[in-house]
Amino acid sequence: MKKRITIDPITRLEGHGKIEIFLDDRGNVAKAYFQVPELRGFEKFSEGRMAEEMPRITPKICGVCPTAHHMASTKAVDDLFKVTPPRTARLIRELVYNAFMFEDHALHFYFLGGPDFVVGPDAPKAERNILGVIAKVGVETGGKVIDIRKRVRNIITTLGGRVIHPVLGLPGGVSRGLTKENREEFTKTAKDAVEFARFSLDLFGNVVLKNKGYVDAITGDVYKHRTYYMGLVDSKNKVNFYDGDIRVVDPNGKEFAKFPVRDYLKHISEHVEPWSYTKFPYLTAVGWKGFVDGEKSGIYRVAPLARLNASDGLSTPKAQAEHDRLYDTLGGKPAHNTLAYHWARLVELLHAAERMVELVKDPDIMGTELRTLPTQKPSEGIGVVEAPRGTLIHHFKSDERGIITQANLIVATVNNAPAICMSVERAAKGLIRNGNVSDGLLNRVEMAFRAYDPCFACATHALPGRMPLEVEIKGPDGTVLRRLSQFVD
Amino acid sequence: MAKPKVAFYWNASCGGCEEAVVDLAEDILKVVKAVDIVLWPVAMDWKRADVEAMKEGEIAVAFLNGGVRTSEQESWAKLLRKKSKLVVAFGACAHLGGVPGLANLHDRKSIFDAVYGYLPSVNNPTGVRPQHKSDSPEGELEIPEFYDTLYALDQVIDVDYYLPGCAPPPDLIMEAVTAILSGKLPPKGSVLAPAKSLCDTCDRNKTKPEKLEIARLKRPHETFMDPEKCFLAEGVICTGPATRSGCGERCINANMPCRGCFGPTDEVRDQGAKFLSALASIIATEDPKEMEKVVESIPDTTGLFYMYSLPASLLTRKKTIR
Repeated sequence: MKKRITIDPITRLEGHGKIEIFLDDRGNVAKAYFQVPELRGFEKFSEGRMAEEMPRITPKICGVCPTAHHMASTKAVDDLFKVTPPRTARLIRELVYNAFMFEDHALHFYFLGGPDFVVGPDAPKAERNILGVIAKVGVETGGKVIDIRKRVRNIITTLGGRVIHPVLGLPGGVSRGLTKENREEFTKTAKDAVEFARFSLDLFGNVVLKNKGYVDAITGDVYKHRTYYMGLVDSKNKVNFYDGDIRVVDPNGKEFAKFPVRDYLKHISEHVEPWSYTKFPYLTAVGWKGFVDGEKSGIYRVAPLARLNASDGLSTPKAQAEHDRLYDTLGGKPAHNTLAYHWARLVELLHAAERMVELVKDPDIMGTELRTLPTQKPSEGIGVVEAPRGTLIHHFKSDERGIITQANLIVATVNNAPAICMSVERAAKGLIRNGNVSDGLLNRVEMAFRAYDPCFACATHALPGRMPLEVEIKGPDGTVLRRLSQFVD
Repeated sequence: MAKPKVAFYWNASCGGCEEAVVDLAEDILKVVKAVDIVLWPVAMDWKRADVEAMKEGEIAVAFLNGGVRTSEQESWAKLLRKKSKLVVAFGACAHLGGVPGLANLHDRKSIFDAVYGYLPSVNNPTGVRPQHKSDSPEGELEIPEFYDTLYALDQVIDVDYYLPGCAPPPDLIMEAVTAILSGKLPPKGSVLAPAKSLCDTCDRNKTKPEKLEIARLKRPHETFMDPEKCFLAEGVICTGPATRSGCGERCINANMPCRGCFGPTDEVRDQGAKFLSALASIIATEDPKEMEKVVESIPDTTGLFYMYSLPASLLTRKKTIR
C-alpha cells in the first residue's frame, strides 16, 4: 500500500514549515522530510549596506524575536568597528535582552507549547490553547500572564523605542539611557517577573510533574535524541544569554569544544539539501552523517535544554536550584528528553528575571556615558547571543568605509533544523504502524516540534510569522492516504 | 445579520505584523466580537480548501502582510483577492516591499549563490541548490518557486487600502478596523494614516533652524546625538522629511533617526528620490564637487533612502542593461 498523509495545518509555532512523511509498502514510516518553503535572502542583500544600519535591518528577519537579531548585529558591529561599549551601555543592553528572553519564553510556555501540558496533550483540540490554559489555571492567572508580559515588554519599548524591531543598539553603545522613574518602574517589574517565573515553575511542577502520563511522555523514547549540545557560557561555564564563549558538550555531557565566538567557522559547517530552503548545520569535526543522532553524527542541538546541558549551571541562585531539580528528576546531565525543553525554558525564565533584578540594581546602569565613538577602521565583526531558540551568530565583513561586503548568519532555529527533522520522524515512526494513523498522531507529532519553539521566520531568514506547518505523509507513488486537519488554536 | 467575515494572512514577512495584532491586547476582543474571522492561522481553524470553497466577495476584508516572493504567496494573494470585497496591504512589506525588498538589488541566482554557495560556513562541494521539485528515494518533493523579484502586494493583486509601518502601530490598526466596520472609508487606494510628513509632527522640529544648512553628513555611530535636537540639523540622516507621519515617532523617542518605514506621503511617488531632493536643498554648498563629497560621506544611499520602499519605487529593482 503506497501512502501519503497530509496534516494541514499544524500550529502553535512561529513560521511556516512543511513535513513530508513517506510510508513504506507495509505502511510504516520510511522517511520524514522537514521542509522550509521560503527564503528572503537577508545574507545577500546585507551586502552593500552601511554596517551601522545592520542592527536596524536584521531584526526584520523575525518580528517575534527581533531583539535577538538586533543585539547580535549590534555586537557584531561593535566588533567590526573595534569599539567596546561603556559599562552603562552594556548593562542597558543586557537588561533589554533579559527582558526580551523573559517575555518570549513566557509567550511560548503559555500560548504555544504549554497548552499541551497544562491543558493536556489529549484534551479536546478546542481547549488546547491559551484560553484552555486560562480555563485550567483561572482567569486571575491569565490576567497575570498578560500583565507581566506587557510590563516586561514595556522595558524594551522604553529603551528601544519599539518592542517590535527595537533600535537602541549602535556600534559602541546605546542610543538612550534610563531615567530615575524608569529605574523605579523596572525594579518593580523585575521583582514581579521573578515571582511570576516561580509561579510558572510551581504550575509546571503541579500540573506536569505530578502527572505520570506526562512524565512518561517526557522521559519516553519517542521524544529522545542523544546529540551534542551547544550554548554560550561565561568564564565559569554558566549560561549567559548576552555574551561569552561557545561551549559544546558531547552526548555523554563531556566538554567537546569551547571556543571564542570568532572561531565559530572552525567548528560549525552548514549542509545543503535540494528539498528545503533552510540549511542544516553540524559540527565540522564530527561531520555530516545525515539525519541521525549519536556521537558519530555532527548534529547538535541548541535552545533552553541544550543551553543547560552545555553549561555548568546558572549564575543566579533561584534558577540554579530549579536547574538542579530538573536534572535530579531526569536522571542527571545531560538530559536528552526533547519535551524537557519546556521545563528548561521555565528555568531560564526565572534566570532572565533574576538577571533583570541584578542589572537594574547595578548603580552603573544610571551612568551617563552611553557610547564610545569608533576611531579605528572597520573590517570584520562577529556577534553572538543566545536567542530564546538558541545560539545566534551574525558575522559581517566590511570595506574601510564600513560597507558590508559579506554577511553570514547562523540563526537559532537553523541550528536545530536537523534535530527537528529527526524528532518528527521519530514521533511519526512511534505512532504510525501498518498504515494506521492514530488520531493522537497529529498533536503528538506537533509536540515534537513545539518543544523546540521553532521559529521558521528565522530559520530561512524568510518565513512569515506563525504560519501553520504542513505535514504530508506519502508513499513512493505519492498517494494521499488521509488528510488530517488540526484545529488551530 | 451575519457578522462581516475577516481574513488575516501573511506572505514574505517576519511575523512582526502578527505581533502587532496580538499587541492590540484588550482591543482585539472588541474586534473578535464584531467580526467573524475566517482565516487567521495563528488563532483560527482554517484550511486553504475552506477559503477556496467560499463565494467570490464573501470575505468582507482581508488583511495581508508581507511582500510576494514565491509562487505559493502569489497564489494565496490571488485567492484572497477573489474571495474578498476589500484587501488591505498591512504593514511596510505589503505596502512597499519593506526591508526584504532590498533583495531587488539582486536576483534569485545571486541570492542562492550566496546563501547556498560562497558564504563561509556553507559546505556544499557539489553545488546543491534548493529546487522547486526534487526527487528523493521515496518520491518527489516540492517547495514553492522562488522568484527573481520581491513584489509589493499591489504589484500582484489589486489593493484597496494600505496600512503603513513596520509594524503598524496599534492605534492605526484600530482606526482602520473601525473605519472598515462602520463603512466610513476614504477613497480607494488611500493610505490609512495621517497625510502629514513626520517632520510636521516631530517634537524636535522646533529645534530645526529656519534655513537648514548642513556642511557635513554624519553617520549615527560617528557622533553623539543630542536627545532633543533635529537629527538633520546635526547632520545625521533622518528620512523624516520624505516619510509619512503616524508612527508616534517611535524611533525618535529612542534617540534614533527615522528610516522611513511609513513610506512617502500622498504627494510623493518615490520616497528615496524625495529624500534625495530634500537633502540636496539643505546641503550648504552650490559647488557640485563639494556636494559630491558631502553625499559620498553616505556610501549607501540606496539602502538608506529606500530601506523600506525599493520594490514600490520608480526603480522597482536593479536593472541590467544589456
